[in-house]
Amino acid sequence: MSGQRPTAPELVAAVRGFLEQEVAGQLTGATAFNLRIAVNVLAIVERELAAEDDSATATARLGALLGEDPGLGREALEEKLGAALQSGALGLASPGLLTHLRADAVRQLGIDNPRYGSYRRENGGAISG
Amino acid sequence: MSETNTQLAEALGGVLTRASLPSVGEGVTVSALTRLTAGAANETWRFEASGSSGQQTCILRRAPFVAEAAPEDSQNLGKAGEARVQAAARQAGVPAAEVLTVLTEADGLGEGYLMAALAGETLPRKILRDEAYAELRPRLPALCGAALAQLHQVAPAQVPDLTPSPAAQQLERYETLYRSFEQPVPVFELAFRVLETRCPQEAPQGIVHGDFRIGNFMVGPEGLRAILDWELAHLGDPMEDLGWLCVPSWRFGVMDQPVGGFGQRRALWDAYEAAGGQLDPDRAAFWELFGALKWGVMCMMMTRAHLSGATVSVERAAIGRRVSETVLDVLNYLEGKESFS
Repeated sequence: MSGQRPTAPELVAAVRGFLEQEVAGQLTGATAFNLRIAVNVLAIVERELAAEDDSATATARLGALLGEDPGLGREALEEKLGAALQSGALGLASPGLLTHLRADAVRQLGIDNPRYGSYRRENGGAISG
Repeated sequence: MSETNTQLAEALGGVLTRASLPSVGEGVTVSALTRLTAGAANETWRFEASGSSGQQTCILRRAPFVAEAAPEDSQNLGKAGEARVQAAARQAGVPAAEVLTVLTEADGLGEGYLMAALAGETLPRKILRDEAYAELRPRLPALCGAALAQLHQVAPAQVPDLTPSPAAQQLERYETLYRSFEQPVPVFELAFRVLETRCPQEAPQGIVHGDFRIGNFMVGPEGLRAILDWELAHLGDPMEDLGWLCVPSWRFGVMDQPVGGFGQRRALWDAYEAAGGQLDPDRAAFWELFGALKWGVMCMMMTRAHLSGATVSVERAAIGRRVSETVLDVLNYLEGKESFS
């Protein structure tokens, strides 16, 4: 249902705002701690929903790396990548491997926890604080 | 199995009377019993004990009645073993709380031990940011190095029954655990193969704390007061403790200070050697990368406990998304972006 408002990210943001602004202050101890985690979880969902779909570029990159047809699809290619790494067919010296892994790692961390120190360092941000 | 706080307080009074410590004596009563940790992990309680010879603030550390399945199970020390290693370390001059008595089966309280309570700070963010510890922070890497050197020089025979846990065995154990999740993480696949080639074949064996990182020691403005949480102690390569302390996950945002977010490896290493420790930077580097990978696999394991229904909690669900922190960290090591100079 495209065009439907509020969108899924807007709904999740509304729930997160409610928890942060109206519920958090009423809780103490372990429940307050878990609420902070719940708020962080909703923020992850918001970022994941808002992230650009990178599957076309990631699949093309994987195909080139493995010398396989990108038409196999991302999941099949990921499986081949895992097997090649496990067997040692691909390793540290394989051209394009680290570039691919870094692109994937940075994208996922940008969704999961952009405040993490290594992510901020990656993006030239402050490394302490 | 459940007990009320009143029952627990009464039983603890009995334990201390049975132990007849010089500090509290007999006829011990217990008050102000407070649980310090929540959740499925170890229970920690604080209480005041008062008896014929005096008063003492005590800590009860007790195993949960239903132990959580963990890869460490195979080397689980038991609470009595944990108390033994903590006491041996303290006797050798390592900062650690005094063990008062170990629970016996007749006490009916499960597995655990009592120790003297200490005051101090354990929260990483406070140690790393509070003004009160500004003068401590530059000295802390050296204090950690010296304490580890002391621990690693304790003769392993002082603590019988510690399980040997060499590098190759740990690598295999965590790879097996990782494979059991059937959720391939390409960076981890690469790291397991790289670590295999770098795995130390020969290493001296010492008593290894096994979880020495910021959060597991207590400080005061004047110095290191106590090393906590001895339950993962084992026999192994002493460099494991130096590496684990520097894993990026324990830097709490201060990424350019590899030692727990408060110092440089050189300061840790120099103090370690000065206190008689046998340093090997290459082995320390192996353990640091392995530590980053191990924490990633542990995050996967904890989130599996939620997904399988064994330990359902939002915290256990959320921790699965911390795997990507360790993926980037491990990749940084593999690409040589962690400087060991």
